[in-house]
Amino acid sequence: MSQLKITELTKKYYNKIALRNVTLNFEQGKIYGLLGPNGSGKTTLMKVVAGLHKQTSGNVFINDEELSYKTKAYVSYMPTENYLYGSFKVVDILKFYKDMYEDFRYDYAVSLLNEIKVNMGNKVSNLSSGEIGKLKTVIALSRDAEIYMLDEPLNGVDVLSRDTIMDIITKSHSENKIIVISTHLVSEIEKILDTVIFLNEGTVEIFGDAEELRQERQLSVEGIYKEVFRNA
Amino acid sequence: MDFNNNIPIYLQVIERIKQDIVSGKLKPGDKMPSSREYSNELGINFNTVARVYKELEMEEIVFTKRGLGTFITESDKQIESLRYTMAKNQITTFIEGMKQLGYTKEDMIRFIEKENNHTERNE
Repeated sequence: MSQLKITELTKKYYNKIALRNVTLNFEQGKIYGLLGPNGSGKTTLMKVVAGLHKQTSGNVFINDEELSYKTKAYVSYMPTENYLYGSFKVVDILKFYKDMYEDFRYDYAVSLLNEIKVNMGNKVSNLSSGEIGKLKTVIALSRDAEIYMLDEPLNGVDVLSRDTIMDIITKSHSENKIIVISTHLVSEIEKILDTVIFLNEGTVEIFGDAEELRQERQLSVEGIYKEVFRNA
Repeated sequence: MDFNNNIPIYLQVIERIKQDIVSGKLKPGDKMPSSREYSNELGINFNTVARVYKELEMEEIVFTKRGLGTFITESDKQIESLRYTMAKNQITTFIEGMKQLGYTKEDMIRFIEKENNHTERNE
């Protein structure tokens, strides 16, 4: 069972507040969209949950356990930048992950990459940014984790690769996992989201079911996003 | 399938399934794809498809056999009433639109007959 609970989380960098009293409850089996403009705190939130940043105050519970080196193993985090080693071949990257993470499903990664026609023999430095985006997503989702944190998976990626990345996400999703996707490209991704979180200057502005929001406001999630952040 | 993001996705999928039932593309007793298969096909989240099946089950348009999957109703009565409801929605929208354009009932009937003859000739 996967569960993620965040209570009154605050994160400061020196005197700058990145997250302010964030309280959120994530349920397994759902895909969450963490939406907000640049600098709204999306990456900070993901990094705290992944155990890469320490919160200033508040609590994060994963399966009722407080954040620790142990809960790190439950979270698969995909950073937004290209962190892959350029002189490695795709196949070497997969082998590296297999050695690094006990829960890495090597065969699953290979089958996904074959399906989306990423050549295993290619060097990372020769891949297009679309292919890098796909590879990063495949790697993150190939870990048999409980919680997936994908930071801006669609950023800097062409339209067709975006579709492929969204397909990889929906295919890899299952009833006992939590997937959190941060993005400011709302219109493209909103059809695959169960729940949306609007983050505005470190504060949760909206937290709700995407379909209910559309029904209530007669607007797309993107439309609501524009309304909220235009006035912000 | 292209979605209009301003309308709940599950309602759009429901509408499409209903269209396919009424047009005969989906037949009584047909097995529907699993939530997982259908969501991959449509490029959406499987929870959305689960919601679609749940709604359609409440409306008695599909039924679930435990362990076997989701099936289109076998009741002709149910399908007939679905056709009736959808036709009624069409006509209501039509009448409202025509009234706003200033058409009277007689004008509308004349218009329908004229257009209908026209389409029949072209078929």
